[in-house]
Amino acid sequence: MAVRSRIKTLKIDGRDVSAHEDETILQIAEENGIFIPTLCRIEGLSLIGACRLCLIEVKGWNRLVPACHTHAEEGMEVFTDTERLRNYRRMIIELLFSEGNHVCAVCVSNGNCELQYLAQRLGMDHVRFPNMQPVRKVDMTHERFVLDRNRCVLCARCIRVCDEIEGAHTWDMRGRGIDARVITDLDIPWGDSETCTSCGKCVNVCPVGAIVEKGRAVGEMTKRKDFLVYLSKMREAKK
Amino acid sequence: MNATMRRNGYRADALIETLHTIQESFGFLDDVSLRFVADALRVAPSQVYGVATFYHFFNLKPQGKHVCSVCTGTACYIKGAGKILDAIKEQHGIEPGQTTPDGELSLLTVRCVGACGLAPAVVFDGQVIGNQDVEQTQARIEGWISHANS
Ligand code: SF4
Ligand code: SF4
Ligand code: FES
Ligand code: FES
Repeated sequence: MAVRSRIKTLKIDGRDVSAHEDETILQIAEENGIFIPTLCRIEGLSLIGACRLCLIEVKGWNRLVPACHTHAEEGMEVFTDTERLRNYRRMIIELLFSEGNHVCAVCVSNGNCELQYLAQRLGMDHVRFPNMQPVRKVDMTHERFVLDRNRCVLCARCIRVCDEIEGAHTWDMRGRGIDARVITDLDIPWGDSETCTSCGKCVNVCPVGAIVEKGRAVGEMTKRKDFLVYLSKMREAKK
Repeated sequence: MNATMRRNGYRADALIETLHTIQESFGFLDDVSLRFVADALRVAPSQVYGVATFYHFFNLKPQGKHVCSVCTGTACYIKGAGKILDAIKEQHGIEPGQTTPDGELSLLTVRCVGACGLAPAVVFDGQVIGNQDVEQTQARIEGWISHANS
């Protein structure tokens, strides 16, 4: 009788790798030093598969699939860096730039921004789409933090960390499509929120300069994300 | 609304149904009821707000006596829904989501009402009417309003 093995062997970009069946392609790639871009994924929070930057090709599959959400299968042949994928990824980044206001030169997160890093790493040299010049509300009402929705990439990290780790669920997403915005409570000023504990977790996980500390000068805002893995492990252990 | 929540055992997934019941009773969802529901179902206020704004079905503002909702789904859009919408906006000075100051007319947009074969479709007080053009739509709205003033 054949025992189903929990260890899978597969190929990523022509390289033979083995992995536990619970692992995602993204995790396996990272263990093997293969770079796949990500934005919505952050270790320690649930997966939502929203940004689509981690799309990969699998031989024999018609669809592109998100690496963060796809598990290893025996004999799978994965490609992470084809021309098609590079094109799509660049296009996603360009669309994010065109949809929001991302003028790095005046941003407190300049130099510490995941969107800026991805743009450089994926070789975005210009944006092919016209900028939509959004005029979205900036919320300065919190005593320590600022929310600038013009820089938000809707990754929902703030929503997840506040719900899953802090347990406050101050954030959520209002509307849909191009009208989607992050909101606090019933779309009230953040400073008036009754649920926010001012813990600062959302500030630290926000990949861009959309949620930052007050009083920072250009390029001065650095974020720490290491707390997240630690906290989520501790929460898990208590269950 | 209490009955709906009770029937669903105060489960958080009863959220949509509860919001539905409130809207049926009051015509729209105000902050007080959103807060009440959040509290009773133990769902965060922001989550209730997120759900209420995700579905075009829910209104967060009081509606006018008559509601005209122009379909801007793909089929209707191609067939000229934009023109109909612009004409109403101009004629009555309101944007989608707004109500005229006299409370007579609310203008809304929906994304596909499932009548693509009859595009462009407009929903007048809940009734879907297909093959609309600017004149027909205007006439129907005029009918409502002049009726109110006579
Ligand atoms: S500061 Fe903490 S509690 Fe307040 S919104 Fe951010 S994560 Fe939530
Ligand atoms: S505010 Fe920051 S963390 Fe929240 S959705 Fe926008 S980009 Fe993501
Ligand atoms: S990282 Fe996989 S979809 Fe965003
Ligand atoms: S697009 Fe208007 S009914 Fe389908």
